[in-house]
Amino acid sequence: MLSILRTIWYVFLHSFQKRVTVQYPNEKPYLAPRYRGRIILSRDPDGGERCVACNLCAVACPVDCIALQATEDEHGRRYPEFFRINFSRCIFCGYCEEACPTYAIQLTPDFEIGEFHRKNLVYEKEDLLIDGPGKYPGYNFWRIAGVKIGGKDKGEAAHESAPVDVRSLLP
Amino acid sequence: MTSPYPILSILGIVVVAMSIAAFLIWVERRLLALWQDRYGPNRVGPFGLLQVLADTIKIFMKEDWVPPFVDKPVFILAPAIVFVTVLMSFAVLPVAPGIIVSDLNIGLLFFLAMSSLGVYSVVLAGWSSNNKYALLGGLRAAAQMLSYEVFMGISLMGVVILAGSFSLPSIVDGQRRMWFVIPQFLGFVLFLIAGLAETRRIPFDLPEAESELVAGYHSEYSGMKFGMFFVGEYMGVTLISSMIAVLFFGGWLGPGLPGVVWFLIKTFFFISFFVLVRAALPRPRFDQLMSWGWKVMLPLALANLLVTGAVVLVWR
Repeated sequence: MLSILRTIWYVFLHSFQKRVTVQYPNEKPYLAPRYRGRIILSRDPDGGERCVACNLCAVACPVDCIALQATEDEHGRRYPEFFRINFSRCIFCGYCEEACPTYAIQLTPDFEIGEFHRKNLVYEKEDLLIDGPGKYPGYNFWRIAGVKIGGKDKGEAAHESAPVDVRSLLP
Repeated sequence: MTSPYPILSILGIVVVAMSIAAFLIWVERRLLALWQDRYGPNRVGPFGLLQVLADTIKIFMKEDWVPPFVDKPVFILAPAIVFVTVLMSFAVLPVAPGIIVSDLNIGLLFFLAMSSLGVYSVVLAGWSSNNKYALLGGLRAAAQMLSYEVFMGISLMGVVILAGSFSLPSIVDGQRRMWFVIPQFLGFVLFLIAGLAETRRIPFDLPEAESELVAGYHSEYSGMKFGMFFVGEYMGVTLISSMIAVLFFGGWLGPGLPGVVWFLIKTFFFISFFVLVRAALPRPRFDQLMSWGWKVMLPLALANLLVTGAVVLVWR
């Protein structure tokens, strides 16, 4: 009997406690910088696409929501002809970001991507590409990659020594 | 002391009782939210006050589905009974001097009779639904409300002895010197518990028991028929709260403010208390409920009646 009264009293004391609800649309919750939300494709500091269409993200994706087609430009640089993410399937696990060798694909702390029609959740490359480098400002894959492309031979990139001549006997 | 303007009183009490019952949906959700550290409905209108309107529109627009296997006339009649019996009880409720629909000299008995008739609504709803969960809910309701009805009546007899009348305005007048809650504290506690059980509110909501019986006696109801049960329940809460105010806390009596305001303050206090109890307490097991009613509450009520009678006999 006493415990019942005590319970009622303790519940009454909750009238003076702070409410835990976050009034969401008016009051945005804090999201950590590494919150995994909407996926974007980032660019080099000099404006080129980072994505080299290696398909690793599509392979890593556990729900197969990434589709892309690789192609090459006139300099021999690989890039995706199309890059498509179906956000109605995406589970925001971030495996694509971990798999990406060029920091091209990144997850952002934006989760407000609701749509009235499901097909509008399929994002094409122009929807995904952003203008900046995202989380890695100074990084340029092609400058440190040691890959030969048009206008840049092996060993000519920044911080890169010339390739070893494997047929020479000199040290 | 029947009201000088009977039609006005009837209309006023019906409209006010109905709107308070509707408003209680909002009050209950906000208060529950307060005690659970949430906000509750606060989007529709100022402080979410128009939530009631939105809910009403929604429930009227819903399909009014009568399942093919039910006993149709009884099924349709059942929600009306709870509504009518509670509204009838409001007829004997003295809001303020002169504001009463009908000053019956057996007002209290009429109230008890009407609340007993309310059991039919639940039992018939459970029976006519032709559904085992609904039937179980109806059976529970019958057993629970009958056993709590017994000591509900007896717990009020102390008040009747002290006031020397069954008429509710005379009972209020008898409290000019002292509220009956002081000499009749046990009776007040018993009536509070019985009132909770009569309105089938959360600690005693075994007839509904969402976690055991789907929705109990109103499992098969939808649309406004379902709404009628809830309006009936909220009107029952209002009725029991105002009855507590009238019988034990001096009704409209109070210093300064007009009688109606005192009456509403007291009623609202007990409505909030009902919601607080809902926020705090879990549902007992059914056998616990029954043995509490018969083995604890009934003897206590009888002892209270006996002692009150003896004291009054010796005193006079």
